[in-house]
Amino acid sequence: MSRFLSVLILSLLGFSAHAQQLGLGRVALPEEVAAWNTDIRPDGQGLPVGSGNALDGEEIFAEKCAACHGDFGEGVDRWPALAGGDGSLTDERPLKTLGSYWPYLSTAWDYIYRAMPYGDAASLEVDETYAIVAYLLFVNDIVSDEEFTLSNVNFSEITLQNEPNFRLDDRATVEYPAFTEACMTDCKASVEITVYATGKDVTPTEDD
Amino acid sequence: MADKPKTGRRAFLKGGLAAAGGLAASKAAAAPDTAITKVQPWRKELGPGVDESGYGLPSPFESKVQRRNVPWLTVDTKTSINFTPIHHLDGTITPNGLCFERHHSGVAEIDPAQHRLMVNGMVERELVFTLEDLMRFPRENHVYFMECTANSGMEWRGPQLNGVQFTHGMIHNVQYTGIPLRLILEEAGLKPGASWLLAEGADAAAMTRSIPLDKILDDCLVAFRQNGEALRPENGYPLRLVVPGWEGNMWIKWLRRLEIGDKPWHAREESSKYTDLMPDGTARRFTWAMDAKSVITNPSPQAPITHGPGPMILTGLAWSGRGTIPRVDITLDGGKNWHKARMDGPSTPFALHRFYYDFNWDGGEMLLQSRATDSTGYVQPTKDALRTIRGVNSVYHNNGIQTWFVNELGEAENVEIS
Ligand code: HEC
Repeated sequence: MSRFLSVLILSLLGFSAHAQQLGLGRVALPEEVAAWNTDIRPDGQGLPVGSGNALDGEEIFAEKCAACHGDFGEGVDRWPALAGGDGSLTDERPLKTLGSYWPYLSTAWDYIYRAMPYGDAASLEVDETYAIVAYLLFVNDIVSDEEFTLSNVNFSEITLQNEPNFRLDDRATVEYPAFTEACMTDCKASVEITVYATGKDVTPTEDD
Repeated sequence: MADKPKTGRRAFLKGGLAAAGGLAASKAAAAPDTAITKVQPWRKELGPGVDESGYGLPSPFESKVQRRNVPWLTVDTKTSINFTPIHHLDGTITPNGLCFERHHSGVAEIDPAQHRLMVNGMVERELVFTLEDLMRFPRENHVYFMECTANSGMEWRGPQLNGVQFTHGMIHNVQYTGIPLRLILEEAGLKPGASWLLAEGADAAAMTRSIPLDKILDDCLVAFRQNGEALRPENGYPLRLVVPGWEGNMWIKWLRRLEIGDKPWHAREESSKYTDLMPDGTARRFTWAMDAKSVITNPSPQAPITHGPGPMILTGLAWSGRGTIPRVDITLDGGKNWHKARMDGPSTPFALHRFYYDFNWDGGEMLLQSRATDSTGYVQPTKDALRTIRGVNSVYHNNGIQTWFVNELGEAENVEIS
């Protein structure tokens, strides 16, 4: 009975009742997992041991990042800004940055270490990454001391102001019940065109 | 662009039989058609033999059928998007070479012999698979649409891009051959408490997304073929994740790692991006499902009516990330009156559906819209209904009803109406 039950539960969970392993693949070596498993969670899981301060970060940033992101993370031309936009989220043109929008600092560490600098990914050292993230905290006015040192030990003490403003997808309650009507006849008395796309001259043509 | 046509109430077709049709069959040509009377070269000479092209290409006369990007949208083509020419296609399957591309660090050109899939984290055994290993798992075939979360995202503030390729072309629909992810995880054995999966790509962006394990065990695939052949490099060769019905960004390309955990990771693509900013400054996260949507692909600004009044075919695509599309309605008069379109072709969950509306055009102006209803009863909303809730800065998930204004010449334009 209890065996039957657990098989049933397992199969409800999506496991085949006779989950017979095929024995394919091989066990990953710890070094192999370590080489790829660099992701960082908001609770700090995954952070490697290391540290770096904002002053050093400024130098590294100037050398490896500023060409696109600007000396202070303000963004050069159309490359993304990494700082600023504080209080802009309800503006007509919000500026969403680490300082103004991102919920978790871990995302910055994780992303910079895995994907930046653009065109030379997977080249940053652990301590360099701490230093860069410390500098980004500084240019976003999240820390005020340029000597500030960020490390795996104090990392989780830093919270970002916009974290409470994220919520789970609520379309199922807010939208779906409202979108169920499909009127077929005499649905409105009159129709006017309110806006045209042409004249904006932003659309490529097939001869371009 | 001097004088804009006014909407005018005149000449809107009421849906009945228009007088213009019905006569064509008895029309006579003024002079014999040289397409018939002249002996064409292909009627006379020998054409290319077999093997002229080991991998066949479309007719040179179809050279306009191209994916295209909108250069001003992005700073660099290596972190950019292009668009499927859906106005040039019919049926439901997207040819592989026309599937839109979105890369964050260019196309990873992967040597399959050097590719591995790793499973790590909260599993009994952390495993590594070669592609050869994966070919020995039971596999399945499924047709699914894949829509970029930002499809139609440039239209939040009003009509901007004058072509269905650009307003709705971040979508494709192919048949995937792949391994149910559940089978791969069974090999590794889930530890108690496992509830999330992080999928990671092997490209220079090493793209990551957190996906709840329920969805993974339900219907996600590790795919290696699209429409029968190997995935195209731009679509994730040699392996990609398939997350039916959910936003395109989650379908990690060049898939190299699956990590099991008990919490989401809040990667950049699920915090900085792919979250939906609301007018009050709060934001939604984990908005995974793609809501029901439809669009008329022909006629449309890039595909005007060129044949004048009379019988014509209106057609388009519809899809839902929450099921099938049993019904699409069409209006010719800007939403005063609607008609049921004819659904044609296969109808399977999370796949594109094709609809047609065959009618006689009276040559008058039209305001065309399509409106999908999906198998949950959800009805595709107007853009204004979405804006009322979401404002204009949420970037993603714009599934509002599209309007094309068609003038008496058959030219179409992207507009919004009252
Ligand atoms: C050659 C230009 C370039 C350089 C140099 C560069 N980046 Fe970037 N960065 C980009 C682009 C482009 C993106 C957006 C990538 C995408 O679209 O996915 C980006 C995105 C980012 C983001 C995420 C922005 C957001 O709002 O989501 C961060 C953080 C970042 N870069 C940090 C860095 C750091 C730190 C360095 C130096 C180590 C660096 N970048 C060097 C071009 C660059």
